[in-house]
Amino acid sequence: MTEAEIKDKVYDIIVSKMGVNKDQIKPESKFSDDLGADSLDTVELIMELENEFDVQIPDEDAEKIGTVQQAIDYIVKK
Amino acid sequence: MGQEQTRVVVTGIGALTPIGHTKEAFWDALMKGTSGGAPITYFDATDFATTFACELKNFSVEDYIEKRTADRMDPYCQYAIVSSDQALKDSGLDLEAIDPLRIGVVHGSGIGGMTIYDQQFRQYLNRGPRRISPFFIPMLIPDIAAGQISMRHGLMGPNYATASACATSLHAIMDAFMLIRCGMADYMVCGGSEAPITPMSVGGFNSARALSTANENPAKASRPYDRDRDGFVMGEGAGSLILESLETAKARGAKIYGELVGVGATADAHHLTAPHPEGKGAMNAMKTALSIAGIKPEDIDYINTHGTATPLGDIAEITAIKNVFGDHAKKLSVSSTKSMTGHLLGAAGVVESIACLLAMQNQTVPPTINNDNIDPQIDLDITPNEPRKRKIEYALNNGFGFGGHNASLIFRNGSSL
Repeated sequence: MTEAEIKDKVYDIIVSKMGVNKDQIKPESKFSDDLGADSLDTVELIMELENEFDVQIPDEDAEKIGTVQQAIDYIVKK
Repeated sequence: MGQEQTRVVVTGIGALTPIGHTKEAFWDALMKGTSGGAPITYFDATDFATTFACELKNFSVEDYIEKRTADRMDPYCQYAIVSSDQALKDSGLDLEAIDPLRIGVVHGSGIGGMTIYDQQFRQYLNRGPRRISPFFIPMLIPDIAAGQISMRHGLMGPNYATASACATSLHAIMDAFMLIRCGMADYMVCGGSEAPITPMSVGGFNSARALSTANENPAKASRPYDRDRDGFVMGEGAGSLILESLETAKARGAKIYGELVGVGATADAHHLTAPHPEGKGAMNAMKTALSIAGIKPEDIDYINTHGTATPLGDIAEITAIKNVFGDHAKKLSVSSTKSMTGHLLGAAGVVESIACLLAMQNQTVPPTINNDNIDPQIDLDITPNEPRKRKIEYALNNGFGFGGHNASLIFRNGSSL
């Protein structure tokens, strides 16, 4: 999967889980401040990423994923 | 007592039922004798002893609640939001003008989030514990509806759920009444909701032998007091009332549906699911409510019974009524709303209190439908099949739950207040 494809999928997950429009999402968007995610939303987003990309994201890594770009980078690296 | 007690009145109604999604539609359906019974569409019920229920029909939650919010609620909670929104709107309360600490919520559910439980348990079995949603617990718990109502409207007074199976929402109304009387709140949103039409609860009630299995004719299956009754028909939905003091209601010129004059709660202390054979607990609940209301049994014009159409339960309640009311039992009108709505479990009580309030407003008793052959043991006027015009100044509403919980409420007609 290319980085562009990963980015697309990540955006789709955010749209479906956070109820925002795609054009509201930027790479530097913070899940909590910019996209309105509370602590439960964040857990759910991480679970969706694990699900969609078939990866395990340990809690200590999940804590470091604060922005959309950080999520994309993490998936690309895996 | 000495000190004068606060008089508590109903100034708002919200009803989401299998036979009508507003209080107006609900009342019309009661007057037409509409049955909510139909084959289950929520899941494949082929292998179940009972294959029908009273589902909400043509209901889309998106018409009432924004999608992202609704997605984080079990249906039981969504229904509570719909009915409480209606009730608050109907009351005409200006929430901006009220101290948020003085308005609270007691909204219960008999079971809680059965749909999310079924779904997430499946997820756990198929995908393991790490795939259980972080929203599972806050969607499951039976108090989250009360919490969600408070968050939606910024209500910061007392907030919790009651749980007493099929008496749940009567206990919720009773608690709201007491909270106003004791001075902890000025306004209360109260009621209950239930969304039990899921494989586990239909199967569970089937195993308890509580449900009708008249699968060939769902619309005729809920038949309280009929010779051929064979159990209750499961329903779903929600009801909410706004309670406040007579004083505040009058001061703001609110319309007053009725005054809640008496409440009674007792236990059978007898059996897990079966009622006391002579309805001892039910009798005591009605007596307590009459005593707190300070009225005589002869003052009651209409009793909206628990009347679920179980062979034992109907007889026990009628026996209790005869014991409490003596000769007057034959003069008052009795009917069971469940003949039309099915049994809304935790939401049943409030929906039937709404039936009482609207019956007083319209001076008309809603019928008990599906009475083709009244059980000869039922020798009271159960208002068979057709509504009846009559004077209703006081109406009593009964609700009883598995566990032997009994609750009775007495309302007085609001038009004379």
